[in-house]
Amino acid sequence: MDTIYKWFNERLPISNTFERHLSKHPVPKKVNFWYLFGALASVVLIVQILSGIWLMFGYENSEEGAFASVEYIMRDIDYGWLIRYMHTTGASMFFAVVYLHMFRGLLYGSYKKPRELVWIFGMSIYLIMMAEGFLGYVLPYGQMSYWGAQVIISLFGAIPYIGESLEIWIRGDYYISGSTISRFFALHVVALPLMLIALVFMHLVALHEVGAGNPEGIDIEKHLDDDGIPLDSVPFFPYKVLNALVGIGVFGTVFAIFMFFFPEGGGYFIEAPNFEEANPLSTPEHIAPVWYYSPYYSMLRAVPDKLGGFVVMAAAVAILFVVPWLDRSKVNSIRYKGIWSKIAILLFAVSFITLGYLGTVPVTEIRTLMSIICTIIYFSFFLLMPIYTSFEKTSVPPERL
Amino acid sequence: MEQNPDKTRRKVLISMTASVGAVGAAFAVTPFIASWNPSAKAKAMGAPVKVDISRIEVGQIIQVAWRKQPVFVVRHSQNALKSLVKVENKLADPNSISIEEPYRDLHPTRSKSNEYSVLAGVCTHLGCAPKYHPEVEPKPWDATWLGGFFCPCHGSMFDIVGRVFKGVPAPTNLKVPPHNFQGNTLTIGEDKT
Repeated sequence: MDTIYKWFNERLPISNTFERHLSKHPVPKKVNFWYLFGALASVVLIVQILSGIWLMFGYENSEEGAFASVEYIMRDIDYGWLIRYMHTTGASMFFAVVYLHMFRGLLYGSYKKPRELVWIFGMSIYLIMMAEGFLGYVLPYGQMSYWGAQVIISLFGAIPYIGESLEIWIRGDYYISGSTISRFFALHVVALPLMLIALVFMHLVALHEVGAGNPEGIDIEKHLDDDGIPLDSVPFFPYKVLNALVGIGVFGTVFAIFMFFFPEGGGYFIEAPNFEEANPLSTPEHIAPVWYYSPYYSMLRAVPDKLGGFVVMAAAVAILFVVPWLDRSKVNSIRYKGIWSKIAILLFAVSFITLGYLGTVPVTEIRTLMSIICTIIYFSFFLLMPIYTSFEKTSVPPERL
Repeated sequence: MEQNPDKTRRKVLISMTASVGAVGAAFAVTPFIASWNPSAKAKAMGAPVKVDISRIEVGQIIQVAWRKQPVFVVRHSQNALKSLVKVENKLADPNSISIEEPYRDLHPTRSKSNEYSVLAGVCTHLGCAPKYHPEVEPKPWDATWLGGFFCPCHGSMFDIVGRVFKGVPAPTNLKVPPHNFQGNTLTIGEDKT
């Protein structure tokens, strides 16, 4: 055994990599549950890749075959229902843990110098995930697949001059057809997952270069022992790995409860009209996106102008990328930031959740007004950040963890 | 090794090589982008459809599929057409100035007939199919509703001949597809008989 290991180790950096990134990689010794969601996101990514490959065994990417093949997977393939519900529940769980992971970043200033690139790679992952989720939702070719795609593709039509030809180019037809499904299929199962995996890799490489943050928002590299290892750190393996396993156990339980008992997530994971085959002649009474897009959908509806709505929606995602340069605070963690930052992040969280709710219900005048107010709060949180973070009085974080 | 390389010469060579490379890259990318355009098969699918309109009652609407998209054919009562003037102050573009209107100033119906409207049933906002609500009665979305189309997706409103209201997300009036009438037969997708 030893000889074989030695033979490989002389030709591949096995022990080097293991030490550098796992057994000797220092991470802060004291963090809280908010620091688990990154690990959970990578677990869901693996679940999605595996269940996705298994779905492909039964799926047919054509206009006539798509809907029927999903029903075939659900009814005729052994455990097909489980694999499909694993994939659909996984999509919602992926967004749930990623939203919590991102909120952790906002709470504890995980994006602050020197972790700007970690944040940007993370945001790119989020962006690709949104595209991935949309493309995947179209594939079963149910009513919501069709009309959701119709709405999202029409958004590009809002772009002046090139909009209409861009729509046709994306669909590959004058309406959503087999050509649209087969290209969405190729993007969903090959192109975007490749990008996603590459970005996750870069996210981790950048993270390992600058080191993980902590809830106090302090730099553990300031206090080193004689070997140059941070005093407030433990090696990633085995300490954090075992730690994460507990989190993964709890998460797996939640995942299983949804997958087995509430696979449709009360209409938020899979919407009722999507159990009906796409009908280009009849729009469902009420079109709503799945829950993880609904905050942006509310913003789109809040603006009574086609191009304006599109711009606001795109800006809402784009603005997240520049957060590292909007936050001018001397401290990283919300614990030591001033009262204005605390109020701002609370209002931000409330408005984002409210927008999320509003995006799933039909429009009324009062709801439109609420969407407008929440959209303004959402943008104010970011646009006013350079002001309130530089003027407010912060407290002094401790030296050590 | 040359001791004092000619920097300017080197820069010119580098930029020339890079530009030729960029042109090559543009050529290489073209087929990949162009392959996403509608295929010859998709282009051939847009054949016109014929509809028998003799059985549409006054005030009734039928939905026809052309290029797999809904087309609305509405038969208006003369009273409804006369009342079109009343709704004009609510409209964003009553005379369809901002779009290509194929049969402008022909009839108030915007079609080639003085009784029927032929409208693409695709909301000009984000492509949902608007619903026909011909009743003249207060509606949740408009207390002084005079009949027309309401889009359930984002609340865009159109009058009975598909002209868009002010202050709704849809930017333009519903499109009028090319069509012609021959007795009781309406052909959608073709201008001439």
